[in-house]
Amino acid sequence: MNASTTTPRSPAAPALRILRQRAVQAAAVVVLVSTACFAIVQSLPGDIAFRIAAGRYGYDQVTAASADTVRAELGLDRPAWQQLLDWLGELLALDLGTSLVTGTSVAGELGLYLSSSLQLAAAALALALAGGATVGALAGARPGGILDRITTLWVSAARALPPFLLGLVLILFFSVHLGVLPAAGHGEAGNIVLPAATLAVGLSGLFARVTRDTVVQIRRSEYVRFAATKGLGERLVFLRHVLRNTGVTLLSYVGVQLLILIEGVVVVESLFAWPGLGHSLVHAIFWRDIPMIQATALALALLVVALNTVVDLGALALDPRPRRREVVL
Amino acid sequence: MTPVAARTLLAVLALFALAGPLVWPEHAVQDLSRFLEPPSLAEPLGRDPLGRSVVARLAHATQLSLLMAVLCVATALLVGTLAGIVAAWRGGWVDTVLHGLSEAFIALPALLVVLIFSALANGDLWTLYIGLALAQWVEYFRMVRSRSGLVLAGPAVEAAWMLKLGPAHVLRRHLWPELRPLLATMATFGIGSSILALSTLGFVGVGIRPPTPELGLMLTEAFPYYHEAPWMSLAPVLVLTTILIGLLSLRRKEVRP
Repeated sequence: MNASTTTPRSPAAPALRILRQRAVQAAAVVVLVSTACFAIVQSLPGDIAFRIAAGRYGYDQVTAASADTVRAELGLDRPAWQQLLDWLGELLALDLGTSLVTGTSVAGELGLYLSSSLQLAAAALALALAGGATVGALAGARPGGILDRITTLWVSAARALPPFLLGLVLILFFSVHLGVLPAAGHGEAGNIVLPAATLAVGLSGLFARVTRDTVVQIRRSEYVRFAATKGLGERLVFLRHVLRNTGVTLLSYVGVQLLILIEGVVVVESLFAWPGLGHSLVHAIFWRDIPMIQATALALALLVVALNTVVDLGALALDPRPRRREVVL
Repeated sequence: MTPVAARTLLAVLALFALAGPLVWPEHAVQDLSRFLEPPSLAEPLGRDPLGRSVVARLAHATQLSLLMAVLCVATALLVGTLAGIVAAWRGGWVDTVLHGLSEAFIALPALLVVLIFSALANGDLWTLYIGLALAQWVEYFRMVRSRSGLVLAGPAVEAAWMLKLGPAHVLRRHLWPELRPLLATMATFGIGSSILALSTLGFVGVGIRPPTPELGLMLTEAFPYYHEAPWMSLAPVLVLTTILIGLLSLRRKEVRP
């Protein structure tokens, strides 16, 4: 054990530590994703100097000489690692470039995608937490009861159904057979229901399970029994002791599930044509729109880091006991 | 479902994946006059809009999915475990570098890694293979690193060193028994998620290219004909859910409070 954990620290210290760790992680993610995008550019077939020269002077004007001029001017003849440094430098200057397909600034489009992705993720997470945690808490109140057994079944079913299959099933049922909800689209109130529900069902099973197990465990703990012994009513024990301690576990579990949520966002957006980050990433890959691939992939990855930071800080606020070693997932 | 039933289910599916392509070898032969033929004895799943045998395509797709998944998980497991042991064993800068790399990977959703990697080449099998393996090695690395760290610092290993039993002994007698059950559980889940990722990519349209049969791709192709031929959409769904339920039920019933 090192000295810093034993000496008393100011209350802000753990929060700062979390922020520092996450910042390092974010930087690593940016370098990794950006380098991968650079590798994609390098691996594209054809000489990029000819391509750019064709763009500048027109396809019939391209000669080896003009391509050489472009190559010298843009430094395309330098070794790859120097170009990579340049590439990262541009990113550092927050220059995301322009889309190769639409010709508009990537940064502008990114904002739109980000907000609609966040909308979807937030709606799904809220639905999953409300549904999953409630059912889990109720099931945990009576282990072995009917509701508990139904929950177990539901958890397995939700795990065996991947988001894209679930989405298809929901489309078939609600849009094709019943015709009550739109299968795709954006902008109307009903549009978000099916994609959010698809994401939420997958997550809620896991939330229900964690909540149930935690509630069962906490109800058996000594402090809950003591609270009951000292005469607190069942409701108060539940609200004051069980709920808050469940919240700590559930919150850190939400952090682990964020990866699944973001992955689900990519799939569900493509399925329901929801104009978010995942949808545009898939399209950008389809069209080899590299600035767009880089921007959307970075946004998704940084979103994971940012949300994880929020979860870490939230867990710290709920349970301020010092930890010897924070698990970073 | 009991583990025995799950094993039987998976064995049947593996048999279908291995023997199916031999029984129905012609998955690419088109016969447009047999457009959307309904199921019959000779063609248990009928024919698709291009007159191809659906059962042959399903068998080939299942084989491809299972083989790819096993290969990806084996690679990820090998690389992740080796890197994890090396990091825990050597410590120092090796550990710092590997751990830093894993920090970056753990923040990337697996699907994102595979998507970026598949952009390198147009749905070539090898890019999907590397992408999937790359997305998964981190889990093994992190688990092995933290477990090995505990084992290697423990009194048993210390005693082994003092008895001069050598690294091979420590690896075989101390590390491996500790890691094996966990690795087995992780690998079963890994196979499931690899199959899922593969079919998801195919479904979204950035995975394996047509005309190669693939479960997710078959689903996309069959869905527009859902009204005329629902069995065409349901067959890949059935295969996928069977694999997943089988793999999920494989592990022993955990003790629940």
